[in-house]
Amino acid sequence: MQRAVTTRKRTSLAGWLTEPTLAGMRRRKALLGYLFVLPTILGILVFTAGPVLVSFGLSLYKWNVFRPPTFVGLENYSRLVSDTRVLVSFANSARFVILAIGLQIVFSLLLALALRQRMATWMRYYFRTTFLLPFLLSGAATGVVLSYLLHQEFGVVNYYLGLLGIPRIPWLTSGDVVLYTVVLAYLWQFVGFSLITMLGGLSNISSEVLDAAEVDGASGWSWLWQIVLPMLSPTLLFSAVIGVIGGLQIFDQPYVMTRGGPGDASRTAVMTLYEAAFKNQEIGYASSIAVILFVVILAITAFQFAMSKRWVFYQ
Amino acid sequence: MQTSWPEKKNARAGHRAAEALLRHSRRWLLLLCLFALSVIMVGPIVWTVSTSLRTPAASFSLPPKWLPTDMALENYAEVFARIPFWRQIFNSFFVTLSTVFGQLCTAALAGYAFARLDFPGKTLLFWLVMATLMIPLQATIIPVFVLISRIGLSDSLAALIVPALFTAFGTFLLRQYFMQAPKEFEEVALIDGANQWYIFSRVYLPLTAPGLAVLAVLAFNGTWNEFYRPLVFLITDANFTIPLGLNTLKGYMMTGSISVVLAGVSLSLIPVVLVYLFGQRYLIEGIMVGGLKG
Repeated sequence: MQRAVTTRKRTSLAGWLTEPTLAGMRRRKALLGYLFVLPTILGILVFTAGPVLVSFGLSLYKWNVFRPPTFVGLENYSRLVSDTRVLVSFANSARFVILAIGLQIVFSLLLALALRQRMATWMRYYFRTTFLLPFLLSGAATGVVLSYLLHQEFGVVNYYLGLLGIPRIPWLTSGDVVLYTVVLAYLWQFVGFSLITMLGGLSNISSEVLDAAEVDGASGWSWLWQIVLPMLSPTLLFSAVIGVIGGLQIFDQPYVMTRGGPGDASRTAVMTLYEAAFKNQEIGYASSIAVILFVVILAITAFQFAMSKRWVFYQ
Repeated sequence: MQTSWPEKKNARAGHRAAEALLRHSRRWLLLLCLFALSVIMVGPIVWTVSTSLRTPAASFSLPPKWLPTDMALENYAEVFARIPFWRQIFNSFFVTLSTVFGQLCTAALAGYAFARLDFPGKTLLFWLVMATLMIPLQATIIPVFVLISRIGLSDSLAALIVPALFTAFGTFLLRQYFMQAPKEFEEVALIDGANQWYIFSRVYLPLTAPGLAVLAVLAFNGTWNEFYRPLVFLITDANFTIPLGLNTLKGYMMTGSISVVLAGVSLSLIPVVLVYLFGQRYLIEGIMVGGLKG
């Protein structure tokens, strides 16, 4: 009773906050809310949101660390569109993403459907674990291992292909082949990840719906096209968006395997950015590459979401 | 021509048997394909471990041997002789554990606030966090590198840890878990005289333990395997994390024995495999939650 009387005077900030009323509690919760989000908001402003804006700014300067930056307007961008190495690396990235993400989605969907059939629990567990295993490893580790396995003369892969009568394939040494090698290596490492996503999507569709359609005698194709794919479309959209964002930024595995070679045949956009910024110290120029990469990723993601209105169905 | 009743029945039964046989053989064919694929997935890892135990002379032996032959443990000793691997193991653990712990703290606080506390501007701030989910690392790495050098953190483990303590994805993930927890618990706790901090730390935080585990496992794997940021921020061998160490080791061994490199690779796999064995439920849940909310 006495306490209620003193707080009603609102003599201090502390009193205002500790007021044992509903309003006081609301104030305490709001203050706590700000305190709780403060670290994350500050961290994101300093290390993510701020740097993006700074990247845009830096791309308008010529700055090679040793001399102070000078404003050059859009010069970096006009240099970029005539820089063959940049153009080749962006083209490589585009080819890589189209092939790798397309195949990843198709394969992981087929695997997920295959894993739907009746089988012993240990078998399901075995398949899920083995398919996910490469995903757990670092791109550096798998890059090292695959570069040995794919060695043209002494590699295990060519040895087994040789048993089938296939001549030795120059996986990492031919400019015509190397990009496909990088795609295969990506698939080996990441197909398990999207398999789990697909299994999650399938488990969201009630199995009665899937089984009933199957029993009704819907043929394989129409079952896939008219039942499975529409119901799985949110998962497919997610896989495509995440795949493109990640695929355009891929670096570790191809870098360790090929260093972008032979020549520039497997050089990705990120490798060019890395070289410009951290090898050649051309901060401004590298920032313009980063900005282009960012804009491309945003545009493709926005495009995917816009197109998805036509083919994604949410239940 | 009219067939009699039993004949028709027989024909139908025969048809059904053929269909069952077809389905049966299709099932076995499918299982066989799955099994062959699983061998391709695991093969490189089995080969890595068994080759890491072979003498350098036998390391490129063809036809490949899938079981360890020589038990040449000196390859493992050689890794530690070539590069400061103990130091790099320590670095990897230090960076990974600090990052995981930091992300759990910041994301739990922010996730709780966005899910359960009301304050002016909450929606705006939440969308700010969500918008940064779309920003690729490449668009921020150069300014962050400049910032890190300016504050004198380049070539230090702090350069890796400090920017990674905050996570938009983790905040979003834990917010989902906090929103699923029943509201009534707060009322009960209030009647018992609990304050807001107590309600967060003793009532709702324990309820979201599965969410924390999901974030911990995902963050552990991501940080342990990270290559790009360490490559950009670190210069000295002694400050490297394991993936960078493997990259140098591969360079040193260009002409030498691949067994030594593969010994290093094998050692680097142990923590993630252990985390998977104990936390696979959370890892798989994490991948699925990401997928469903997409």
